[in-house]
Amino acid sequence: MMFPTVVFDRAPFANLHRQFGRLIDEIGDFAGGPVRPFPAMNVWEDGETFRVEAELPGMKLEDLEIVVVGPELTLKGRMTGTSAEGRVIHRHERRSGEFSRTLTLPTDVNAEGVEATLRDGVLNISLPKTAASRARRIPVRAAN
Amino acid sequence: MNTQNMNECCTPVTPATSKRDQVRYTPTVDVLESDSEVTLVAEVPGAAADGFDVQVDKGVLTLNARVTPRDVGRNARFLLREYGVGDYARSFRMGDGIDTEAITAEYAAGVLTVHLPKRDTARTKKISVRAN
Repeated sequence: MMFPTVVFDRAPFANLHRQFGRLIDEIGDFAGGPVRPFPAMNVWEDGETFRVEAELPGMKLEDLEIVVVGPELTLKGRMTGTSAEGRVIHRHERRSGEFSRTLTLPTDVNAEGVEATLRDGVLNISLPKTAASRARRIPVRAAN
Repeated sequence: MNTQNMNECCTPVTPATSKRDQVRYTPTVDVLESDSEVTLVAEVPGAAADGFDVQVDKGVLTLNARVTPRDVGRNARFLLREYGVGDYARSFRMGDGIDTEAITAEYAAGVLTVHLPKRDTARTKKISVRAN
């Protein structure tokens, strides 16, 4: 998918989003291939940190590249898939090959503080917001 | 390679759709066959090594994988939700040529590999021809 995903609060449109997703899937089935961006991601905000999770079964760390610039997170990599090696393939559902996906988060993140773990085929990235983009409570003084 | 008698092996009993709004998710699988075995490779990201239940009953192989719900923190606010998280289940009808007693499985990095050795009778045999 060439277009970066812009993340925003979809809560008010959750149902519409789900229905639209289903429609996209049906178009994909009709077109003979998935049209959803890969990898699928779950993104949430926990106070001062954004968390991004993606399912990458079989992924090796050395085949994965994570780039953070300003509010943009790019995941690049290669899924090796199952090696056929002289075997007959009866069913082929697993995905393989190169992928690249860019997410635009709502605010800038501190690239120095980004941490990523890959466990049981699940990639988890935590991206702290920059000090400038954190929510601050502004004290209001009485004007007397 | 003799694959004719194996064509029936590992046909899914449940359809391959990944309807992610079901409670149990259908893992994507590859099925391959060599001279000695049929190999089933299933993607089960998030499954823990001790959460598997692989069973063979009446010629049907059933894979179950338990997935611990993610701890997203109490104040999490979701910005993008593209997939659901939950247990995996899928069944496959095996062909007659599988030695069900000898099935083994291994797990690494979200991928479960099940080895289904063929019975001797289903293996390709090389017949040597002697000169008289």
